Amino acid sequence: MERALTVDGSVGRPRVVARRRLLDEAGVLGGLALVLVLFGALVGPQFFRAANLELVARQTVIVCVAALGMTMVIVSGGIDLSVGSVVAMSTVVTAVALRTQGPAAAAAAAIVAGAMCGLVNGLLVTQLRVVPFIVTLGTMLLVRGAAKGLADERRIEAPVTWLNSLLRTARDGSGLWLPTGIWITVALAVLVGLTLRYTRFGRHLFAIGSSERTARLCGVRIGRTKIAVYTIAGMLAALAGILEFSKLSVGDPTVSNGLELDVIAAVIIGGGSLSGGKGSVVGTLAGAAIMAVIQIGCSQLGLPNWVQQIVTGSIIVGAVALDRLRS
Amino acid sequence: MRGIRKAFGATIALDGIDLVVGAGEVCALVGQNGAGKSTLMAVLSGALQADAGEMRLDGQRFAPRDPLAARDSGVAMIYQEPLLAPHLTVMENVVLGVEPLRGPLGIVDRERMRRTAESALAELGHADIAPDAIASELAPAAQQLVEIARARATGCRILVLDEPTSSLAYADVRVLFDLIRRLKQQGIAIVYISHFIEEVKEISDRFVVLRDGRNAGNGVTAEARSEDIVALMVGRSMDALYPRKSRTPGGVVLQLDRVMPGDAMLELRRGEVVGIAGLLGAGRTRLLRTIFGLEPVKSGRIRVAAHSGSAEPRDRWRQGLGMVSEDRAGEGLARSLSVADNLTLSRLEPLGPPGFVLPSRQRVAASKWIERLAIRCADARQPVAELSGGSQQKVAVGRLLHHDVDVLILDEPTRGIDVASKAQIYELIEELVRAQKAVLLVSSYFPELLGVCDRVAVMSRGRLGPARRVDEWNEHSLLMEASGARAS
Repeated sequence: MERALTVDGSVGRPRVVARRRLLDEAGVLGGLALVLVLFGALVGPQFFRAANLELVARQTVIVCVAALGMTMVIVSGGIDLSVGSVVAMSTVVTAVALRTQGPAAAAAAAIVAGAMCGLVNGLLVTQLRVVPFIVTLGTMLLVRGAAKGLADERRIEAPVTWLNSLLRTARDGSGLWLPTGIWITVALAVLVGLTLRYTRFGRHLFAIGSSERTARLCGVRIGRTKIAVYTIAGMLAALAGILEFSKLSVGDPTVSNGLELDVIAAVIIGGGSLSGGKGSVVGTLAGAAIMAVIQIGCSQLGLPNWVQQIVTGSIIVGAVALDRLRS
Repeated sequence: MRGIRKAFGATIALDGIDLVVGAGEVCALVGQNGAGKSTLMAVLSGALQADAGEMRLDGQRFAPRDPLAARDSGVAMIYQEPLLAPHLTVMENVVLGVEPLRGPLGIVDRERMRRTAESALAELGHADIAPDAIASELAPAAQQLVEIARARATGCRILVLDEPTSSLAYADVRVLFDLIRRLKQQGIAIVYISHFIEEVKEISDRFVVLRDGRNAGNGVTAEARSEDIVALMVGRSMDALYPRKSRTPGGVVLQLDRVMPGDAMLELRRGEVVGIAGLLGAGRTRLLRTIFGLEPVKSGRIRVAAHSGSAEPRDRWRQGLGMVSEDRAGEGLARSLSVADNLTLSRLEPLGPPGFVLPSRQRVAASKWIERLAIRCADARQPVAELSGGSQQKVAVGRLLHHDVDVLILDEPTRGIDVASKAQIYELIEELVRAQKAVLLVSSYFPELLGVCDRVAVMSRGRLGPARRVDEWNEHSLLMEASGARAS
């Protein structure tokens, strides 16, 4: 075996690989730069003021946190339509728990509730062998109904605690400059990014998404991995719900209707593939930011909501078309 | 068909084939796997275009551009696996594509549809199949009949049956043969492709043998002996591709005791290669998948070294087994993942602290195998889908080396790859065996088995025969055994 045969014909080609990798993420980041420049030119220099950029960030954290979980699910070849409902459920659980518990316990309760929803998704997908689209379409309604039942179809008032200030700008010289919620999002993004890239769990997610049969042949525990990924996605959706609660300061079982579509759109714009095996945290965050910039830019230009929707829709279709052309 | 030629890149699949079939005649087309039978029929049915040569149908030049054109000219194909729309009814399937229409809006005329289906089925002597039955609820044999009825309903004059009996039980084969005789009397020309010499002897009037893309011979079936036909199919001397040296097998590492499916009794020792010969669809892949835990064991016992009983693939890897799948694109490799990911997927543990995988270490581990196996790729991060077939296969085999398994289960490891890569894989097997590894090799290419293996067992119609020393076999006897035509 030592007489290693030729390894020719490959000189100079590694650069091609590296360049394409860069293109993948550069595509989304380039898109983000493009919309920033576009709206910067249209709105004027005040668009780039720190306060305005912070507004963009605040606007997008809820989608971002939920999209981190969705990125992992989509990488594994699945989908989770129940995130919007889990966010609503999480605001309700937080508000209900705050009546008797402290803020930390309330947040923990919401995260446990989200984990349970995700666990149910994972168990149904692996045990019933029903496609995730159908399973989570069902749990989307199920969880929404449960949230409404728990809240008795009303908004739940809750005492004011530090949970209400997660997205409030700290300009009191505390040195953190940005709201805590944004820092939490950044920390989670780093964590999920590292998980996808540097852990066995992360590599298994890519393998399952790329080819489930190959993963099975190679001894990957497919059931366990899938249950874990849906559970983690549920927990992240619950965290998004806590941020939502912070914005609303009440528990509202009807909030975030249709959020799952924004979340999925962020992942897809960010280069994720619904057939699995592709997706990245940087891409997803950029995808979510693109949508937030369009939203805020349009409203600052005084453009009506329908224009904004048409632009966002075109970007989703454009992103997928670009991806198709490249591969 | 005259002087038909077809090349795929550098591979010449058909090199000037002639084939003549008369109306009301059954012509058997035989040859080993890869002899060019399927390619020839793909040309006839319009799925492929020949590079040279011409076809004539009733004296008219015939050059179908696509399968639809061929069907309109009266050429119908029946494949191994039934090709029906599973959710539609029998009658909808029979008239699929030629639905009888009514009125200016082109509404489907269900009454005429029913009558067409009923008369086509009755003509085949199978009025017992209900036109309203759902296709997927019929037995495989009945589905095949519906396909033939469809061929009749579209007015076929040439019917090609490609391995039609491989998914049928014995009684159903009788029914099919009666039907073929009936179609013959109706003046239809039939091309019957089969590996099974006994079937060919029974049903055909004439036979044409293909070998390596050429005509190897033909004759009147009634005047030829089974042995003569097999000799024409084999007809080649062994290549000098195989580096085998003398070996001394060690202890038993894999033992099969009446394992179903396969009814397999087999012992595999360290330092030896055992081959399983057989034809496509004989059940070899199923047996390997059962051993590796990808399919359930129905009965019997599998022992791997000290472990006994069935297990998941994950456990098999732990016990020192590794498998290369015959389905490289669908199962063997995760095509969108990198070479490094594919090489290391089964064993990521040594590539970082517990639970972690460091990409740099993964690349170093992969680079070692890329170099030793001469895998042609830009670097370890290149997606495996961009590699040539030979390099892809080396990645699939390399995974077993990265895992450092003791027993290698290789299912058609050299199918569809270039000769240089083949030679490297043979050499690799030789080195592994010298390092006291054991190899279980399934191949449809008999010279390869004879060149590489120490012992060979033949699987035929779902049953594994006894493993005999390789010098007790030759291509001829393997093919006789695999075709179910035991030499008397």
